[in-house]
Amino acid sequence: MDRVPILRLGDCLLVTVQVDMHDELAMTLQDDLTNKIVATKARGVLIDISALEMVDSFIGRMLGNIAGMSRILDAQTVVVGMQPAVAITLVELGLSLPGIRTALNVDAGLALLRNVLDRSDESSHVD
Amino acid sequence: MSIEPTTLPVRSGEDVVKVRQAVRTLAMDLGFSLVDQTKVITAASELARNTLTYGGGGECRIERLNQGPKRAGVRLTFEDRGPGITNLDLALTDGYTTGNGLGLGLNGARKLSHEFDIWSQPGVGTRVTITRWK
Repeated sequence: MDRVPILRLGDCLLVTVQVDMHDELAMTLQDDLTNKIVATKARGVLIDISALEMVDSFIGRMLGNIAGMSRILDAQTVVVGMQPAVAITLVELGLSLPGIRTALNVDAGLALLRNVLDRSDESSHVD
Repeated sequence: MSIEPTTLPVRSGEDVVKVRQAVRTLAMDLGFSLVDQTKVITAASELARNTLTYGGGGECRIERLNQGPKRAGVRLTFEDRGPGITNLDLALTDGYTTGNGLGLGLNGARKLSHEFDIWSQPGVGTRVTITRWK
Protein backbone atom coordinates (compact mmCIF):
# COMPACT_ATOMS: atom_id res chain seq x y z
CA MET A 1 0.00 0.00 0.00
CA ASP A 2 1.17 3.53 -0.77
CA ARG A 3 2.35 5.66 2.10
CA VAL A 4 3.80 9.13 2.40
CA PRO A 5 7.13 8.81 4.26
CA ILE A 6 7.55 10.65 7.56
CA LEU A 7 11.12 11.57 8.50
CA ARG A 8 12.37 12.42 11.96
CA LEU A 9 14.45 15.56 12.30
CA GLY A 10 15.47 16.07 15.95
CA ASP A 11 12.26 16.74 17.84
CA CYS A 12 10.38 17.45 14.61
CA LEU A 13 8.77 15.35 11.91
CA LEU A 14 9.19 16.17 8.24
CA VAL A 15 6.65 15.11 5.65
CA THR A 16 7.36 15.75 1.99
CA VAL A 17 4.33 15.09 -0.15
CA GLN A 18 5.72 14.08 -3.51
CA VAL A 19 2.86 12.34 -5.22
CA ASP A 20 -0.54 13.37 -6.44
CA MET A 21 -2.36 12.06 -3.39
CA HIS A 22 -5.62 10.24 -3.69
CA ASP A 23 -8.02 10.69 -0.80
CA GLU A 24 -7.27 7.40 0.94
CA LEU A 25 -3.56 8.21 0.92
CA ALA A 26 -4.28 11.59 2.50
CA MET A 27 -6.34 9.90 5.23
CA THR A 28 -3.56 7.37 5.85
CA LEU A 29 -1.03 10.18 6.19
CA GLN A 30 -3.26 11.87 8.75
CA ASP A 31 -3.41 8.68 10.85
CA ASP A 32 0.29 7.84 10.44
CA LEU A 33 1.35 11.31 11.43
CA THR A 34 -0.80 11.38 14.54
CA ASN A 35 0.60 8.03 15.66
CA LYS A 36 4.14 9.12 14.92
CA ILE A 37 3.79 12.33 16.94
CA VAL A 38 2.87 10.26 19.97
CA ALA A 39 5.47 7.53 19.33
CA THR A 40 8.38 9.96 18.86
CA LYS A 41 7.13 12.69 21.25
CA ALA A 42 7.65 15.14 18.39
CA ARG A 43 7.13 18.82 19.17
CA GLY A 44 6.88 20.06 15.61
CA VAL A 45 5.55 18.88 12.26
CA LEU A 46 6.72 20.28 8.95
CA ILE A 47 4.68 19.46 5.87
CA ASP A 48 6.33 20.28 2.56
CA ILE A 49 3.75 20.58 -0.22
CA SER A 50 6.01 22.18 -2.83
CA ALA A 51 5.46 19.22 -5.18
CA LEU A 52 1.68 19.45 -4.98
CA GLU A 53 0.16 20.93 -8.13
CA MET A 54 -3.17 21.54 -6.46
CA VAL A 55 -4.77 21.67 -3.05
CA ASP A 56 -8.50 21.16 -3.14
CA SER A 57 -10.97 21.33 -0.27
CA PHE A 58 -10.22 17.73 0.74
CA ILE A 59 -6.48 18.23 1.05
CA GLY A 60 -7.10 21.61 2.67
CA ARG A 61 -9.25 19.90 5.26
CA MET A 62 -6.62 17.24 5.82
CA LEU A 63 -3.97 19.92 6.47
CA GLY A 64 -6.33 21.60 8.93
CA ASN A 65 -7.03 18.27 10.66
CA ILE A 66 -3.33 17.53 11.00
CA ALA A 67 -2.66 20.98 12.48
CA GLY A 68 -5.56 20.56 14.91
CA MET A 69 -4.66 17.05 16.03
CA SER A 70 -0.99 17.98 16.38
CA ARG A 71 -1.89 20.93 18.58
CA ILE A 72 -3.93 18.70 20.86
CA LEU A 73 -0.92 16.38 21.06
CA ASP A 74 1.31 19.36 21.99
CA ALA A 75 3.03 19.63 18.61
CA GLN A 76 3.05 22.60 16.24
CA THR A 77 2.49 22.25 12.49
CA VAL A 78 3.91 24.39 9.71
CA VAL A 79 2.94 23.88 6.07
CA VAL A 80 5.68 24.97 3.69
CA GLY A 81 6.36 25.37 -0.01
CA MET A 82 2.92 26.10 -1.39
CA GLN A 83 3.14 27.10 -5.05
CA PRO A 84 1.79 30.58 -5.88
CA ALA A 85 -0.78 29.18 -8.34
CA VAL A 86 -2.05 26.84 -5.62
CA ALA A 87 -2.39 29.73 -3.15
CA ILE A 88 -4.31 31.83 -5.68
CA THR A 89 -6.66 28.94 -6.44
CA LEU A 90 -7.23 28.08 -2.78
CA VAL A 91 -8.32 31.58 -1.91
CA GLU A 92 -10.60 31.74 -4.94
CA LEU A 93 -12.07 28.41 -3.86
CA GLY A 94 -12.94 30.03 -0.53
CA LEU A 95 -10.33 28.26 1.55
CA SER A 96 -7.75 30.34 3.38
CA LEU A 97 -6.52 27.56 5.70
CA PRO A 98 -7.36 29.27 9.00
CA GLY A 99 -5.35 28.04 11.95
CA ILE A 100 -2.52 26.70 9.82
CA ARG A 101 0.93 28.21 10.11
CA THR A 102 2.74 28.50 6.80
CA ALA A 103 6.23 29.36 5.62
CA LEU A 104 7.77 29.75 2.19
CA ASN A 105 10.20 26.83 2.35
CA VAL A 106 11.58 24.12 4.62
CA ASP A 107 14.34 26.37 6.04
CA ALA A 108 11.92 29.14 6.92
CA GLY A 109 9.48 26.59 8.30
CA LEU A 110 12.10 25.04 10.58
CA ALA A 111 13.13 28.49 11.83
CA LEU A 112 9.49 29.30 12.55
CA LEU A 113 9.01 26.02 14.41
CA ARG A 114 12.17 26.62 16.46
CA ASN A 115 10.88 30.04 17.37
CA VAL A 116 7.45 28.80 18.38
CA LEU A 117 8.87 25.88 20.36
CA ASP A 118 11.41 28.07 22.20
CA ARG A 119 8.67 30.48 23.14
CA SER A 120 6.45 27.73 24.48
CA ASP A 121 9.40 26.33 26.48
CA GLU A 122 10.01 29.75 28.05
CA SER A 123 6.41 30.18 29.04
CA SER A 124 6.37 26.74 30.66
CA HIS A 125 9.46 27.72 32.71
CA VAL A 126 7.67 30.81 33.98
CA ASP A 127 4.80 28.63 35.08
CA MET B 1 -3.46 16.05 -31.31
CA SER B 2 -6.81 14.50 -30.78
CA ILE B 3 -9.94 16.59 -30.61
CA GLU B 4 -11.97 13.59 -29.61
CA PRO B 5 -13.55 13.87 -26.20
CA THR B 6 -12.34 11.37 -23.62
CA THR B 7 -14.56 9.72 -21.05
CA LEU B 8 -12.98 8.46 -17.85
CA PRO B 9 -14.58 6.41 -15.09
CA VAL B 10 -14.89 7.97 -11.64
CA ARG B 11 -15.21 4.98 -9.35
CA SER B 12 -12.29 5.24 -6.93
CA GLY B 13 -9.85 7.66 -5.38
CA GLU B 14 -7.29 6.65 -8.00
CA ASP B 15 -9.79 7.53 -10.73
CA VAL B 16 -10.07 11.05 -9.27
CA VAL B 17 -6.28 11.37 -9.59
CA LYS B 18 -6.47 10.14 -13.20
CA VAL B 19 -9.14 12.73 -14.02
CA ARG B 20 -6.92 15.47 -12.56
CA GLN B 21 -3.97 14.26 -14.63
CA ALA B 22 -5.98 14.07 -17.86
CA VAL B 23 -7.34 17.58 -17.29
CA ARG B 24 -3.84 18.88 -16.62
CA THR B 25 -2.50 17.28 -19.81
CA LEU B 26 -5.23 18.91 -21.89
CA ALA B 27 -4.91 22.32 -20.20
CA MET B 28 -1.14 22.28 -20.73
CA ASP B 29 -1.60 21.23 -24.33
CA LEU B 30 -3.97 24.15 -24.88
CA GLY B 31 -1.38 26.52 -23.45
CA PHE B 32 -3.21 27.45 -20.24
CA SER B 33 -1.17 29.53 -17.80
CA LEU B 34 -0.05 27.75 -14.63
CA VAL B 35 -2.71 29.53 -12.58
CA ASP B 36 -5.45 28.62 -15.06
CA GLN B 37 -4.25 25.03 -15.16
CA THR B 38 -4.35 24.87 -11.39
CA LYS B 39 -7.85 26.33 -11.27
CA VAL B 40 -9.34 23.89 -13.75
CA ILE B 41 -7.54 20.91 -12.15
CA THR B 42 -8.82 21.92 -8.73
CA ALA B 43 -12.38 22.33 -10.02
CA ALA B 44 -12.13 18.90 -11.68
CA SER B 45 -10.91 17.38 -8.43
CA GLU B 46 -13.83 18.80 -6.44
CA LEU B 47 -16.41 17.60 -8.94
CA ALA B 48 -14.84 14.18 -9.40
CA ARG B 49 -14.91 13.68 -5.65
CA ASN B 50 -18.56 14.73 -5.52
CA THR B 51 -19.36 12.21 -8.27
CA LEU B 52 -17.63 9.53 -6.23
CA THR B 53 -18.81 10.46 -2.73
CA TYR B 54 -22.35 11.66 -3.33
CA GLY B 55 -23.17 10.15 -6.71
CA GLY B 56 -21.80 6.72 -5.87
CA GLY B 57 -19.45 6.91 -8.86
CA GLY B 58 -19.97 7.87 -12.46
CA GLU B 59 -17.93 9.26 -15.28
CA CYS B 60 -16.18 12.36 -16.49
CA ARG B 61 -16.15 13.54 -20.09
CA ILE B 62 -13.23 15.74 -21.03
CA GLU B 63 -13.57 17.92 -24.14
CA ARG B 64 -11.22 20.22 -25.94
CA LEU B 65 -12.93 23.37 -27.17
CA ASN B 66 -11.42 25.21 -30.08
CA GLN B 67 -13.28 28.24 -31.25
CA GLY B 68 -10.66 29.98 -33.30
CA PRO B 69 -7.01 30.41 -32.43
CA LYS B 70 -7.63 32.68 -29.45
CA ARG B 71 -10.52 30.82 -27.90
CA ALA B 72 -9.48 27.47 -26.56
CA GLY B 73 -11.03 25.87 -23.55
CA VAL B 74 -11.63 22.80 -21.46
CA ARG B 75 -15.12 21.46 -20.91
CA LEU B 76 -15.74 18.84 -18.26
CA THR B 77 -18.95 16.93 -17.70
CA PHE B 78 -19.41 14.84 -14.57
CA GLU B 79 -22.33 12.50 -14.56
CA ASP B 80 -23.66 10.00 -12.06
CA ARG B 81 -26.78 7.97 -11.50
CA GLY B 82 -26.81 8.53 -7.78
CA PRO B 83 -29.56 9.85 -5.51
CA GLY B 84 -29.57 13.33 -7.08
CA ILE B 85 -29.75 16.65 -5.28
CA THR B 86 -33.07 17.73 -3.77
CA ASN B 87 -32.24 21.36 -3.15
CA LEU B 88 -29.76 22.75 -5.68
CA ASP B 89 -29.68 26.24 -4.15
CA LEU B 90 -28.69 24.79 -0.82
CA ALA B 91 -26.14 22.44 -2.41
CA LEU B 92 -24.51 25.48 -4.03
CA THR B 93 -24.17 27.32 -0.73
CA ASP B 94 -20.65 27.51 0.71
CA GLY B 95 -20.40 25.45 3.86
CA TYR B 96 -23.43 23.27 3.22
CA THR B 97 -22.74 19.56 3.11
CA THR B 98 -24.64 16.33 3.58
CA GLY B 99 -21.36 14.44 3.89
CA ASN B 100 -18.45 15.22 6.14
CA GLY B 101 -16.65 17.63 3.84
CA LEU B 102 -16.28 21.37 4.07
CA GLY B 103 -19.18 22.06 1.73
CA LEU B 104 -16.94 24.04 -0.60
CA GLY B 105 -16.68 21.61 -3.50
CA LEU B 106 -19.64 22.37 -5.73
CA ASN B 107 -19.66 26.13 -5.33
CA GLY B 108 -15.86 26.16 -5.32
CA ALA B 109 -15.85 24.45 -8.72
CA ARG B 110 -18.35 27.06 -9.93
CA LYS B 111 -16.11 29.90 -8.76
CA LEU B 112 -13.12 28.37 -10.52
CA SER B 113 -14.96 28.04 -13.84
CA HIS B 114 -16.15 30.46 -16.50
CA GLU B 115 -19.30 28.50 -17.25
CA PHE B 116 -21.18 26.24 -14.88
CA ASP B 117 -24.25 24.16 -15.45
CA ILE B 118 -25.91 21.68 -13.14
CA TRP B 119 -28.77 19.29 -13.73
CA SER B 120 -30.05 16.96 -11.08
CA GLN B 121 -33.12 14.93 -10.48
CA PRO B 122 -33.77 13.08 -7.22
CA GLY B 123 -33.59 9.35 -7.81
CA VAL B 124 -32.14 9.76 -11.30
CA GLY B 125 -28.75 11.37 -11.02
CA THR B 126 -26.67 14.49 -11.36
CA ARG B 127 -24.77 16.09 -14.21
CA VAL B 128 -22.41 19.01 -13.76
CA THR B 129 -20.73 20.73 -16.70
CA ILE B 130 -18.01 23.33 -16.36
CA THR B 131 -15.99 25.23 -18.93
CA ARG B 132 -12.82 27.15 -18.43
CA TRP B 133 -11.48 29.23 -21.31
CA LYS B 134 -7.84 30.00 -21.84
